[in-house]
Amino acid sequence: MSMDRRDFLKLAGLSTVGIGAGWVLSRPGDILEASQFLQTKELLHAKQWAMVVDIRKFKTAEDYKKVIDACHRVHNVPDLGNPKDEVKWIWSDSFEHAFPGQESEYMPQEMKHKQFVLLCNHCENPPCVRVCPTKATFKRKDGITMQDLHRCIGCRYCMAACPFGARSFNYRDPRPFVKEPNAEYPTRMIGVVEKCTFCEERLAKGLMPACVESSNGALIFGDITDLNSEVRKVLADNYTIRRKSELGTRPSVYYILDIPGGDRNA
Amino acid sequence: MLEKALVGTKRYWTWVFFLFAVIGIGFITYLQQFKLGLGITGLSRDVSWGLYIGQFTFLVGVAASAVMLVIPYYLHDFKKFGKIVILGEFLAVSAVTMCILFIFVDMGQPMRIMNVMLHPTPNSIMFWDSVVLGGYLVLNIIIGWATLHADKKGVSPAPWVKPLIYLSIPWAVSIHTVTAFLYAGLPGRHFWLSAVMAARFLASAFAGGPALLIILALIVRKFTKFDPGKEPIQAIGKIVTYAMVANVFLLLLEVFTAVYSNIPGHMHPFKYLYLGLEGHGKLVPLMWTSSILAIVSLILLIFPVLRKDENILALACIALFTSLWIDKGFGLVIGGFVPNPFERVMEYWPTLPEALITIGVWAIGFLVLTVLYKVAVSVREETEGVELEH
Ligand code: SF4
Ligand code: SF4
Ligand code: SF4
Repeated sequence: MSMDRRDFLKLAGLSTVGIGAGWVLSRPGDILEASQFLQTKELLHAKQWAMVVDIRKFKTAEDYKKVIDACHRVHNVPDLGNPKDEVKWIWSDSFEHAFPGQESEYMPQEMKHKQFVLLCNHCENPPCVRVCPTKATFKRKDGITMQDLHRCIGCRYCMAACPFGARSFNYRDPRPFVKEPNAEYPTRMIGVVEKCTFCEERLAKGLMPACVESSNGALIFGDITDLNSEVRKVLADNYTIRRKSELGTRPSVYYILDIPGGDRNA
Repeated sequence: MLEKALVGTKRYWTWVFFLFAVIGIGFITYLQQFKLGLGITGLSRDVSWGLYIGQFTFLVGVAASAVMLVIPYYLHDFKKFGKIVILGEFLAVSAVTMCILFIFVDMGQPMRIMNVMLHPTPNSIMFWDSVVLGGYLVLNIIIGWATLHADKKGVSPAPWVKPLIYLSIPWAVSIHTVTAFLYAGLPGRHFWLSAVMAARFLASAFAGGPALLIILALIVRKFTKFDPGKEPIQAIGKIVTYAMVANVFLLLLEVFTAVYSNIPGHMHPFKYLYLGLEGHGKLVPLMWTSSILAIVSLILLIFPVLRKDENILALACIALFTSLWIDKGFGLVIGGFVPNPFERVMEYWPTLPEALITIGVWAIGFLVLTVLYKVAVSVREETEGVELEH
């Protein structure tokens, strides 16, 4: 035994100090905001950014492709060509898979197979943030669920925690798979988790998200806490649903359904 | 005392070199994973944890199981465990070492591992898991070393060791509880969202860990002059039996809740694991192997006449350990991810590199175990016949 009682006590004392210092450092808030949040003059402000997807306006395959491509092109999202290693920020899936448990055998078939645009919900109470061991995933003051890709250790705990399958992991080096790299946006390295950022880099320049801009009004974006915002108006006038709202994550992405025959009942 | 690991028979060295070879293969494969990314494993966007995290979870249990010897010996003064308790403590050291390595090889950015300590995040269960695991490793190294050192000199361990031993008891429970919480608090992962998860983890740990210890004790007896004794092995056999009964009971509780409630989200993972879902059933043969081995081990263990025969006991322990290894080291993790959040079945199966890295980590664990046991056994061989007192 090379450690005697005094050495041991010394070690114990040192570790206590270490843990104490760590605790102080662990206070998130302003330090975090300053280092991980790009603050510019033009930055659009909000308490909670939100999106409404007006599914009635998505008619042809082209309507989906347009918004998906807009996002993936500006954000250098790689196309790995296989579902195993796939990275995606915004994509589409049918009603029965987007809202599992809500479908019924007898519902209009068009609705059952209707494609829905899916992306990170920027949940108000996000489990991905709760579980992240390094604060690489964090909630910004404007409600965006953001990641710091230089801090992420690639543990994928957030992927297990997100009930919406919104997060992708870089199983391979993504760079060779970005077809036309956009020099204005960073590419990612191997081994980190990424997802939709609600275009925080565009909000910082006073611009709307890329997908919203290219959607011809099918995607509506705004501050959900602002009574006069367009999202609030749309939410007040239409019946909307959210994905898995029963889980309590409070998603900030809403869907206006295309109810076949809805007009008839009006 | 470590020098005792440097002298040994030819058989000892053959075993050590064999382990080094396996570690070497695992290490080279890991370098490949380090360079190319986790894409060389079977993991995917849908099943984002697999064999590595499964092994981690299983081994936390093995590590925690040391308390099953510590409690009778130190709290109930069950003297018969005197010789064997050190084997339990050193098994815990080896198991935690493997746990840490499995977390490491599972990380996408392993060089940033210190971020967990640099940016401590008390709301993350993973942060607490790394704290309790690190603490448990240190505790067991200190306790094991100090008691062995005292034995060597034929004196009782220093007085400060006792409080550490008492501390190690709730600590062991904590490592496995916290590990269960990694899973049991996630919204939308129905298979894991269960209040009995931690209890089930502990029950399976207290069955699997001591079962492994029985196998190890029998091996030690066969190859060295150190005999842990017949009675302690039988006593551990009883512990294994009770814990396994509790474990199977808890598993059946889960099955009942899922199946009788008929809630699809709760039923689907069980269906996928045991029957196959939407034509996918890669895990079905494995899960039934696990179930059958569990039943076989229970039959062999429950009847004292059978259990008393050490050969049968060894067989029962091997069956039980394999059963739990499949159930917890594999099925438990995969069941949480299939079907995925879109109610689609995306299957997972480990790749060859993934398997080689896994075997490599196990080999490191066995190497640590071999060295520690070698030291312990050498000390015990020297003090043969001396009454142990601590
Ligand atoms: S959708 Fe998933 S990734 Fe996005 S904030 Fe919610 S939990 Fe996090
Ligand atoms: S993978 Fe990265 S972002 Fe996700 S929980 Fe781990 S450290 Fe956080
Ligand atoms: S908000 Fe921006 S990042 Fe998110 S899906 Fe739309 S374009 Fe992509």
